[in-house]
Amino acid sequence: MFDFLDSPQYNLLGAFWLTVQLTVFSGIGALVWGTVLAGMRVSPVPVMRAFGTAYVNVVRNTPLTLIIVFTSLGLYNSLGITLGAEGDIESINFRLAVLGLAAYTATFVCEALRSGINTVGLGQAEAARALGLSFFQVLWSIVLPQAFRSVVAPLANVLIALTKNTTVAAAIGVAEAALLMKEMIENESDAILLVFAVFAFGFIVLTLPTGLVLGWLSKRVAVKR
Amino acid sequence: MRFRKTGAAVAAALALAVSATACGGDSGSDDTITIGIKFDQPGLGLKTPDGAYEGFDVDVATYVAKELGYEAEDIEWKQSPSPERENLLSRGDVDMIAATYSITDERKEKVSFAGPYLIAHQDLLIRSDETAITDASDLNDKNLCSVGGSTSAQNVKNELAPEAELQEFDTYSKCLDGLSKGTVDALTTDDAILAGYAAQENYEGQFKLAGLSLSDENYGIGLKKGDTEMQEKVNAALEKMVEDGSWKEAVDKHFGPAGYDPGEAPEITEKS
Repeated sequence: MFDFLDSPQYNLLGAFWLTVQLTVFSGIGALVWGTVLAGMRVSPVPVMRAFGTAYVNVVRNTPLTLIIVFTSLGLYNSLGITLGAEGDIESINFRLAVLGLAAYTATFVCEALRSGINTVGLGQAEAARALGLSFFQVLWSIVLPQAFRSVVAPLANVLIALTKNTTVAAAIGVAEAALLMKEMIENESDAILLVFAVFAFGFIVLTLPTGLVLGWLSKRVAVKR
Repeated sequence: MRFRKTGAAVAAALALAVSATACGGDSGSDDTITIGIKFDQPGLGLKTPDGAYEGFDVDVATYVAKELGYEAEDIEWKQSPSPERENLLSRGDVDMIAATYSITDERKEKVSFAGPYLIAHQDLLIRSDETAITDASDLNDKNLCSVGGSTSAQNVKNELAPEAELQEFDTYSKCLDGLSKGTVDALTTDDAILAGYAAQENYEGQFKLAGLSLSDENYGIGLKKGDTEMQEKVNAALEKMVEDGSWKEAVDKHFGPAGYDPGEAPEITEKS
């Protein structure tokens, strides 16, 4: 029944490995950029606050497919941006996809983190200011560490969503799981439902442990108040 | 009071909507025929901005439907993207599919075919001033574009030019943009499809076919598995279409502007 999986033309593990790589690299990018955005959104500088708000609202409300396709058609085709991978289309597409996914996911990281910042007692920031710390020192050493501990669970949701969102990269030809699925659907038209089942299972294998581990972690590190 | 009136109006509207859908639900009746085509392939199956349908597949389907006793206005066109074609047929959502549907052994496991009505060949679309690509092996240091998962993309990766840089998009239109801007050097799929893109107004004169004939794709009309009665009727209609010259007329009309000649009408091979 599953004999189509044995065919050497389908590199199922390789495709899912690329999905993992996309998730990890975009996840790191989104975490860094999302933290910066969250810092901007709570900063005392009006221009930064305005930029943060505008970025989050524009990017978060743009469909991801549009963003990913734009990185290829807009950034690469029209502007010739290759992100340092001249001449190697596979790497260019991978990097563009990571860029698009990170730019999009960062908005969700930012909003989760901002709600975490709101859980940190006002007295913490006031006390830190009273000690003479600057805004960045207060944010970096007092507020953010506590905020992160309270948003592990929502960040796990963002990470799971990101894992599944990597399938959109198939639109610009990154050879991850969804692209292989397209190829298998084209060839194995008599086993379409099985193909779907195999890929659904693959994503559950990736996301279920993520949710369990981070759920456990969120209980461990939660700030007791 | 006003709330109650609004509520009544909403309830009435809902009731109307429900009964209306109940009436409109049976589209599978005998006085119409549902045919699956592509909506996004110029020259073969295209939904124009004003809602009309045009292309070679559309003409073939219209002719066949006429032979089966359905006038053009009795045809319901339904979009049938490549990955969904088998399911549309086996579920009975469409009565037949004429949508650049290559007859293959794997597909025959799930559907039956009539025809073929056209033999296309995998080919390359290149810029009109391109002279460096005369053979498939020239592609090994070039950027090539196709649709992800498609048989043409797989052919390139596995056989034609394993060294070529392959860009895969989800539609061919995105490849055209790269081809005109120079980020890809060639677009590959069936020549009949390429001809349609080359003849599009906004790209007129920019592209040409390389004429390599890299594979044979027999376009057939997809039917529900095992429906031999329908198969015979459709085959008879296709034969008649070739005999009375309508086939050649449709070919000239849709492929002529791109300078593409698919040759003589193919022999019908899909008999029960």
